[in-house]
Amino acid sequence: MPLLKVHKLTKSFGGLTAVLNVAMELKQGELVGLIGPNGAGKTTVFNLLTGVYVPTSGSIILDKGDAQQELQGLKPHRICKAGVARTFQNIRLFKDLTVFDNVRIAMHKNVQYGLLSSFLHLPSYHREEKRISEATMELLKIFNLDGKKDEYAKNLPYGEQRHLEIARALATSPSLLLLDEPAAGMNPAETAQLTELIKWIREKFNLTILLIEHDMSLVMKICERIYVLDYGILIAEGTPDEIRSNKRVIEAYLGEDVGDV
Amino acid sequence: MKGTLSAQLIRKLILVVLAYAIVQLLISVNIINDYLQATLTTICINIILAVSLNLITGFTGQFSLGHAGFMSIGAYTCALIILKNPTTYNFLLGTLLGALLAALVGFLVGLPTLRLRGDYLAIATLGMAEIIKIMFINMDKITNGPRGLSGIPRFVNWTWLFIFTVGTVLLIRNFLKSSHGRACIAIREDEIAAETMGINITWYKVLAFVIGAFCAGIAGALYASYFYFIKPDIFGFLKSVDILVMVVLGGMGSISGSILAAILLAVISTLLQSFSEIRMILYALILIIIMIFRPQGLLGSREISLSAFNRLGKFFAFEKEAK
Repeated sequence: MPLLKVHKLTKSFGGLTAVLNVAMELKQGELVGLIGPNGAGKTTVFNLLTGVYVPTSGSIILDKGDAQQELQGLKPHRICKAGVARTFQNIRLFKDLTVFDNVRIAMHKNVQYGLLSSFLHLPSYHREEKRISEATMELLKIFNLDGKKDEYAKNLPYGEQRHLEIARALATSPSLLLLDEPAAGMNPAETAQLTELIKWIREKFNLTILLIEHDMSLVMKICERIYVLDYGILIAEGTPDEIRSNKRVIEAYLGEDVGDV
Repeated sequence: MKGTLSAQLIRKLILVVLAYAIVQLLISVNIINDYLQATLTTICINIILAVSLNLITGFTGQFSLGHAGFMSIGAYTCALIILKNPTTYNFLLGTLLGALLAALVGFLVGLPTLRLRGDYLAIATLGMAEIIKIMFINMDKITNGPRGLSGIPRFVNWTWLFIFTVGTVLLIRNFLKSSHGRACIAIREDEIAAETMGINITWYKVLAFVIGAFCAGIAGALYASYFYFIKPDIFGFLKSVDILVMVVLGGMGSISGSILAAILLAVISTLLQSFSEIRMILYALILIIIMIFRPQGLLGSREISLSAFNRLGKFFAFEKEAK
């Protein structure tokens, strides 16, 4: 049984069908790419998977081995609790909060003390806050952000903001991580570094990763399988090599072949 | 580490007790006379109101214009109970019941309206406060209608004021320093991101609203049992705006800012009492000037803490040594 099984996922906005009958399967530990031309519906798929949009029809099933859960129609915070975390295409950090707080807030779902303890700062509060702080620092160290923990998120350089978003997503201890254009706006050196980082966190945190990306050097290098979306419909699926030579994919990206030139 | 922590706690405790004792002393030797005591009471009540509204508006980002409505529920509940049976025990019971009732109304109103954002929420909460006011006007048999309730026995003294003010401020401060409080702040920053990071935004918005309403209920009860007299008009739109002014003036998202603003506004309006004709004009002028030069409020989102005083102390100590 795959970790994530998406079946006939459809989303219509009024008369416009953004995503139609998308089917996907992600096995535990896989690193899968989702590509397609602009406006193909990639981010809509992410929004459906994380509950920001409610699917018009279809099902999303998360199977972590011990428990199977249907995600369609759940609120985003419930989906986060089920073990799906994401980053955003247009960075959505808590801009006016510190780097430290950005990550610490995302630990919320695992916090073990109740309201009474938060009002009165009982021992359980101090114990948990210490644990959260340490876990936060550990994550920040991985992303080389520990030196900037008191900096406001909005003051970080662009590349580090992207890193912070990934760190924040990891703080929710997910089993499935969705990365929406993690390399957007990065130079080739930064992209190469990010490629290594993504590989490394997958091993370290035992993650399954689905990523949207336009930078083909990154996608072709690290993805084991790729789904191609065009006008809301899946037009191809396969290994990077298969996708590279797939005729429909080339058509979607470059336009139809009109004969010999 | 633990040793220094409890040492800090003890030092804070001593400061709090000292503040209480000094004012108590000044009252007993009548340096703080009846008139100043009324100002002191207003300050304390306003601190509770401003800090609790700041939790809703400044920290959780939900623009509310109905705080006076919650206050009136606390005031009427407590007043009706102690009018019937004037004992200290009943005063405390009335305060608690008033606060709980205000919290309940906050919950019932918050659940549907907190789906709204920004201006829409402001109008919905404004409407709620008006409905509460009109209910008190029309429940003639119980509330004596627009004439209000008079002759409410006074149980509020400096001790109770101090306990309730310090208590509510501390509870709200503690809450905001916890993961639950941070969840509220995350909602202010970015709702979608907060929700995706596992925060139940509806629950935390309603929670902030309920806590805020609870504290406003306490403030209302204290008001009723100090000033002898309440009527629905006192808790109208203008009162809500008054509280909001304190929050904005002090800084959205700063507890010490709200406290500072509550004190400052009370002092200003006391000082202006002698220019009664142009008082409101001067008051408005001061507000406008502050907002032009400090649009983020007096403290922005910063807090004044004891360590700031420590730093200040060290700074002066250093100056002395240099000499």
